[in-house]
Amino acid sequence: MTLSLYVEVLLQGVLTGLVYGLMALGLSVIFGVVRVVNFAHGEFAVLAMYATFVLFTLLHIDPILAAIPVAALFFFVGWLLQRLVVQPFIVRPQHDQFILLVGLAIVLVNALLMTFGPDSRHTNLAYSYDSWFVGPIIVDKVRAYAAAAAVAITIALLAFFRFTLMGTAIRACADNLTGAAVVGLDIKKLYALTFGLGLACAGAAGAIMVALTDVTPMLAPSFTLLAFTIVIIGGLGSMAGALLGGLLIGVVEALASAVIAPSMKSMVSFALLVVVLALRPQGLLGKAAT
Amino acid sequence: MSLLAVDGVTKRFRGLVAVDNVSLAVEPGAIFAIIGPNGAGKTTLFNLIAGVFAPDVGAITFAGEPIDGAAPEHICQLGIARTFQIVRPFPELTVIENAAIGSMLRAPDMDGAYARASEILRRLDLWDRRARKAHELTLPDRKRLEVARALATQPKLLLLDEVMAGLRPTETDRIVKILRTLNAEENITILMIEHVMRAVMALATHVHVLHHGATIAEGTPAEVTRDVRVIESYLGAEAIA
Amino acid sequence: MIAQAFAQVSARARVLIAAFAIAMLAAPLFLDRYLLSVLVLVCLAAYTGQAWNILLGFAGLLSLGHALYLGLGAYVSAALYVHYGIGPWLGVFPAIAACIVVATLLGWLAFRFRIEGVYFALLTIAFAEVARIGFDHIAATGGAGGFFLPVRSEDQSQWWNLRGGPTFFYYLALLLAAAAFVLCAILRRSRVGHSWLAVREDPEAARALGIDVNRARMSALLLSAAMTGIAGVFQAFYANNLFPSQIFDISRSIDIILAPIIGGVGTLFGPILGAFVLAPLGEVLISLTGAIGLNAPGTKALFFGLFLMAIIAGVPSGLWPRLAGMLRLRSAPR
Repeated sequence: MTLSLYVEVLLQGVLTGLVYGLMALGLSVIFGVVRVVNFAHGEFAVLAMYATFVLFTLLHIDPILAAIPVAALFFFVGWLLQRLVVQPFIVRPQHDQFILLVGLAIVLVNALLMTFGPDSRHTNLAYSYDSWFVGPIIVDKVRAYAAAAAVAITIALLAFFRFTLMGTAIRACADNLTGAAVVGLDIKKLYALTFGLGLACAGAAGAIMVALTDVTPMLAPSFTLLAFTIVIIGGLGSMAGALLGGLLIGVVEALASAVIAPSMKSMVSFALLVVVLALRPQGLLGKAAT
Repeated sequence: MSLLAVDGVTKRFRGLVAVDNVSLAVEPGAIFAIIGPNGAGKTTLFNLIAGVFAPDVGAITFAGEPIDGAAPEHICQLGIARTFQIVRPFPELTVIENAAIGSMLRAPDMDGAYARASEILRRLDLWDRRARKAHELTLPDRKRLEVARALATQPKLLLLDEVMAGLRPTETDRIVKILRTLNAEENITILMIEHVMRAVMALATHVHVLHHGATIAEGTPAEVTRDVRVIESYLGAEAIA
Repeated sequence: MIAQAFAQVSARARVLIAAFAIAMLAAPLFLDRYLLSVLVLVCLAAYTGQAWNILLGFAGLLSLGHALYLGLGAYVSAALYVHYGIGPWLGVFPAIAACIVVATLLGWLAFRFRIEGVYFALLTIAFAEVARIGFDHIAATGGAGGFFLPVRSEDQSQWWNLRGGPTFFYYLALLLAAAAFVLCAILRRSRVGHSWLAVREDPEAARALGIDVNRARMSALLLSAAMTGIAGVFQAFYANNLFPSQIFDISRSIDIILAPIIGGVGTLFGPILGAFVLAPLGEVLISLTGAIGLNAPGTKALFFGLFLMAIIAGVPSGLWPRLAGMLRLRSAPR
């Protein structure tokens, strides 16, 4: 492989990784604050993919632009889900929570399977095959736009957490739940808000990914697993970790795909997961358990 | 030779010195009490002895063998049993199953384990509740179960962490009586953390006072309760009036 | 030992168990081929569920990647048969060995580095996924295209090669399910079983009573893996075809956990009851949805998912404790 090819692969990895990072960010936020492991995260992302696909097919809305309304829709879905389904499970043992969400994941995947069938759906955008030529390096326009959208949404989310009152309140919950309750924060409301934001991320990432890959229900479990791998490698509860993890996985998968074989890319990711769990279980940017 | 010797033990948690150069010796057959205000390092000291963590400085010996840094299960196998400040029964298991899990350590088989467990439950007045699940018990019963389970491991040294907390005086007297009998009849050495002075005065042969992680007094109950530093830091003048 | 395990069971329960056992033994006399094949799946589900239950119900560790052992057992025994003519009754031993080796690796990683709870579950999923992708690339076992065991009509009654009619497989599955049940009953009363329960309930308290928590967890994991491997051997010789995307898939792992969760995690009868509830439920669902024209793939799984959610929300300890209560089948204390 020539150097320029390596650079292209790396670049591809980074661009895709940014989108992965957005999806993983949603999972990280949910776990960091609500402390619920959303095993249905990938399923929601794929649900968003189908929603976007439908929007594209019926109304010709560009998937990357659709990320905004889809994210808004999924914010609402997440908010409802937390209020109605998850909240009663907060006090239950972690196993129960996990199994509940496993059940939900099964329901979502099969609902999609029943509605759309197992065949993959392709979206052909006007610029799907366009590229820019930066010297010897070819950059796909789709990937660049997708990454840009992911970055924009991520920055918006980070700004929300950093600069708004709500965002700070949510971070307080993540940091010290008892303290947050003691100062009078409405925990339930903040939980619902956080879940909404988490699913909005999944939704936005899903929408963006319609531009990058074909849609099939079978993507769902691999997305869930991918999100978890990223979050664990980056550090459960660390937003920066989710993004870093996304980039890392994106690059690792792209390299593995090019150098070894496309079907082996998840193996390499798992190997990385095992290594991280063994050497630094709190993740690259996570806080060590005392 | 002392049964348990704690020698110059210090434990720090990221800048906070929880236990500060503490030394004590527990003689076989004694009932040794550790008292002091909250946050004095008493439970940390217990955790060091029980193997939950290792001291940063110092040594702990049990019957001549060093145990600092040993794993909790190994320390129990050597003959030290402990209770927890916030009781931790096995909630979904029955009272007798809880006790049997303790006694199976030294029993040749499970039938033997259950036989011994029955004996202990009768002693601790829990026999009629043996088929109830542990989470169904009241607090005083759970405390006695905690003691029963630790006793079932046939320890030479029993570590009791605030076992009287939250009990009414009649309950306290009940446990005091049980402990005194165990100490006298089965020669079980007891090391207890206590706030309930009524129990300390009734039971202890030796008292050790901790404050801010360090020893500020030790001796017989009478000596310690007259010590000015102890009165100032913990007991208050009214408590011993 | 077996008699002792059931000594505390009430007279009422003993009668019911006996009646149930007789019904199961006599089943081939009354049921047609199709229903018998359903019962085979029920028995297999009860068996695998019992094996999985050892890990969660006893030792408190949630595994969502148990299909790993199913697949390993299946592929190892099948490969030995197809390539070297080694029959399954011998091949089961290397199959178990493979499962134990992999489980040891998983356990070592998990327990050495204190990976518990959700992290452990994710680790099990990762291992199963690695197997799935890995076996897609192993040419010697057919890769993604599938591995096929030869079925010739003239070998029809070679029990030593696990070739036989539905009745043969039924009794074998029934034997496995019964053996697993008895094993778990014995373990429940044993020292090892008690230490598992202690570790499940409160690992720190268990340590304080002299129990080596890591060793206890490892033994549960290894036993569970080995038992599931045996189910894999059965699966290979019953279905006669293996695909990595099916046998290692997460949906397979989820199939394994459905029966014990619905029946009651940590109980002895839970996996059995769960298996018996799910099988007819599945059949009824298929015919109902077929009747209203809702024949799309995934219908059954969707309803099972909803059912799982309903159970974990409403009856989290499973259906068996409720049923036992209703039938008043409490055991006497020891």
